[in-house]
Amino acid sequence: MDNLFSLLLIPLLSAIALFFVRSDRAKWVALLLSLINVGLTVPFLLRFDPQAGIQFEQMWVWIERLNVNFHIGLDGISLPLVLLTNGLIPLIIATVDQKRFKGNFYALVLFMQVGLLLVFTALDAFSFYVGWEIALIPIYFICALWGSGDRIATNLKFFIYTFAGSILMLIGILYLYQQTPTHSFEWTAFAALNLNEEVQHWVFWAFFLAFAIKIPIIPFHTWQPNTYVQAPAAGTMLLSGIMLKMGIFGLLRWLLPIAPLGVAEYGTLVMILCVVGIVYASVIAFRQDDAKRLIAYSSIAHVGLIAGGVFSLTIDGLQGAMIQMINHGISAVGLFFVIDLIERRTGSRSLSALGGLAARTPKLAIAFLILVMGAVGLPLTHGFIGEFLLLKGLFGAEGYGLWYAVFGGLTLILGAVYMLRLYQKTMLGELQTQWESIRDVKSTDLLVLGILVVLVILIGVLPNYLLQLSEPAIQELLQQISFRTA
Amino acid sequence: MPTYIMGAIITLSLLAILLLYLGLFKARTALLPVTLAGLALAVGFEWYGWDQVAVPQYSGMVLFDRYAIAFSILCIFIAGLVLSLSKAYFKAISENVAEYYALILFSLVGALLVCSYHNFAILFIGIEVMSVALYILVGIRKRDRLSNEAALKYFLMGAFSTGFLLFGITLMYGATGSFDLGELQRYVRTTPDHQISPLFFGGILLMLVGLCFKVGAAPFHFWTPDVYDGSPILITAYMSTVVKVASFAGFLRLFSMVMVPLDSFWEPLLLTIAIITLFVGNISALVQSSFKRMLAYSSIAHAGYMLFAILSIGTLSPAAILTYGLAYSLASVVAFAALILVKRQIGTDQFESFNGLAKQNPFLAFVLTVAMLSLAGIPLTAGFIGKFMMFGRVMESYHTLLLVLAAVNAVIGVFYYLRVVVHLYFKSADVEADSSSIKVPLNFQIIFTVSILLTLAVGIYPDWLINLL
Repeated sequence: MDNLFSLLLIPLLSAIALFFVRSDRAKWVALLLSLINVGLTVPFLLRFDPQAGIQFEQMWVWIERLNVNFHIGLDGISLPLVLLTNGLIPLIIATVDQKRFKGNFYALVLFMQVGLLLVFTALDAFSFYVGWEIALIPIYFICALWGSGDRIATNLKFFIYTFAGSILMLIGILYLYQQTPTHSFEWTAFAALNLNEEVQHWVFWAFFLAFAIKIPIIPFHTWQPNTYVQAPAAGTMLLSGIMLKMGIFGLLRWLLPIAPLGVAEYGTLVMILCVVGIVYASVIAFRQDDAKRLIAYSSIAHVGLIAGGVFSLTIDGLQGAMIQMINHGISAVGLFFVIDLIERRTGSRSLSALGGLAARTPKLAIAFLILVMGAVGLPLTHGFIGEFLLLKGLFGAEGYGLWYAVFGGLTLILGAVYMLRLYQKTMLGELQTQWESIRDVKSTDLLVLGILVVLVILIGVLPNYLLQLSEPAIQELLQQISFRTA
Repeated sequence: MPTYIMGAIITLSLLAILLLYLGLFKARTALLPVTLAGLALAVGFEWYGWDQVAVPQYSGMVLFDRYAIAFSILCIFIAGLVLSLSKAYFKAISENVAEYYALILFSLVGALLVCSYHNFAILFIGIEVMSVALYILVGIRKRDRLSNEAALKYFLMGAFSTGFLLFGITLMYGATGSFDLGELQRYVRTTPDHQISPLFFGGILLMLVGLCFKVGAAPFHFWTPDVYDGSPILITAYMSTVVKVASFAGFLRLFSMVMVPLDSFWEPLLLTIAIITLFVGNISALVQSSFKRMLAYSSIAHAGYMLFAILSIGTLSPAAILTYGLAYSLASVVAFAALILVKRQIGTDQFESFNGLAKQNPFLAFVLTVAMLSLAGIPLTAGFIGKFMMFGRVMESYHTLLLVLAAVNAVIGVFYYLRVVVHLYFKSADVEADSSSIKVPLNFQIIFTVSILLTLAVGIYPDWLINLL
């Protein structure tokens, strides 16, 4: 049962099948099909040995003349993200408004899942790049077909932006391929390269730009707010819940091992960008009236902290990044879902128009509260352990560690301010008469919220299980880097 | 047994004459089946020669090696696709349908010669045979002003470029005393660099110009947009695929066999040409409002990418051009075929005529989307593999600047290819056009399906294609 390829194959076949499902029940078919992958993931989790490095490897020759292999495998860095992807996709499908979407929508979601899983499992740069690009096509269509507002221009910008980043990465990959003694695209061959400092500097930028655009790190974020806001709710969840982790994962899997000297050279710059981004995005988030845009900006702040943790090059920072990627995925899906539920009921996302909804929707209000607490990082919620580790990591970073931690710590304070403002403006206060008749959440929606809330608390109380998964891999990565930069 | 592959060329020539007779006896319904059968026979002959030892034949005139066979089959295949689309198309624009078929086949014979020449005489004859038939085809809509203009322009420019080519050949003959590629190869390899005659360098220069004219590389591209725009759509499809692929095959054969040792002379030139071609093609394509003209300019841009393989000649160059040529040809055929259908319905070839097509005909929209993604070079399509190989070639010779500029161009390309997708999916059609949906005739359906399946097959598992050469 540990055929990793089946994890990619099932969603692919499901996606093809779903293209032809025209009925209203497509949602349930899609949900069922996506649950297969959840089931298939469990054996990997059970059999995974954190100490054993890369496991469940599978490799086929893909293009013989170019030495391209289709090579996938799992280690402590990729397994959590595979869990995240396979776990969130069914939840995202379950949140979808059944009447609005036909089979082709779910087909695109599952097709995207293939791309994401390929990115997270690829051990060959060509496979990685293919996954990286094919995750982009479906999300472009999801956002542009079912989006609102000026969706054409927004998504064109999004596509061009990310495509530009990835083609730079392609050049980097081709360069490294030329450098490897055996002309190989293998991850191990790339990581074993001993490039000189000057080369590492530009290789760093070739990869970093692609990842920074995806994450997004300020100033490469300009595509993000509009894309998030105008995408349909499920699209936003895919983008922020899973897709941006591609960028952070890319930093961990490819950038750090390949160009440690580049990281050492520009790490400070990136850290400053991250920290500036945290404060900048938080301040903007506070000024928003559109709840979705508020969360979009808060997302920039949160991932800024995660990226900062990665570049702190400390065990706490990297471990914090690992767990916070999962947390952010859960939070993002939860919060965007709550906003979508509110919008479906009231037709509005405007903070100034809403208010007092808790009176009519107590269950939604409780779930929302717990999700907000998690996003803010209150103890006993998942956000706490993640942000704690990240800040500890920032503090331990070389150079201006204290300052990073101080400004990074602002996410906690500023986050609390704008998230509580969001909660207060929507749920608390006077209930306006026009919304007297709105209904509370029930059935599937309630179940999804319930699962998310349980996860928020479960990870908050017992974070160790997740941390153990990635710790040996992260430690080995750090050792490698310190060995290579010494 | 050398005659087997010659059989392909003879078959096609006889087939063209046979078609003229069929036209004479008004046997119109037989035209397409006979043509396709003939093409299949020609492919069979080519196929048969695949495993044979290749030596220059007929006094070293032609060399039917695997390189020649692969490109010949590609040309025949693409020509077959184009001809299959033509069932109703030619009837609608002209009385003399048989002439169309015959002329395209004559031109195809020329293309095969260009793919397999081993002597400048055959190169010259091939290019002329290929072009002369096209001069007529481009202008075959006698009463259409644009078509006439295109024909005249194509003829003048074609004659002009052949002049360059011929002059180049002459100069090389002056330096070496031979038209034979083998002789030239020997001359270049055995003569010390400083003793190579200046005539020879002049010859390289002029041949470079002539060949760049033929493949439509900037700054020798001026004829392309108007000619592509003015010709009947199917002729444009034929010109921008078969002629381009064959010209590149000839181009690469000359440079990889003979010119490699002198690359310090021509590489900077070709590098400049490639960069100009990329930018001119892409930036011009960006501002077009006509789909057909956009394709014309994008074909210039693709010529730029294909030049990469010649610029960094290596063992993978033939496979790279073959892959890129196939990917580009398939996508172009699909795009032009879709244009025919849409134009028949809406009447213009502006981008707007594709508005809302996804609702009216999801199949057509999907097919066209895959073709556009392939042209843009998105993974899982053949276009990506082609582009990947081209970029790989350039990286191997460390033209990093070119690679960065190529990346910029790839991004520009996404802009205008996505524009088509935007019109297909995200814009709604005019009210009047909405009422009747576009019908896709059976032959179009088959061609679309074959092309898209092949595009995806090459995109997902390209090993079989790359291993051919």
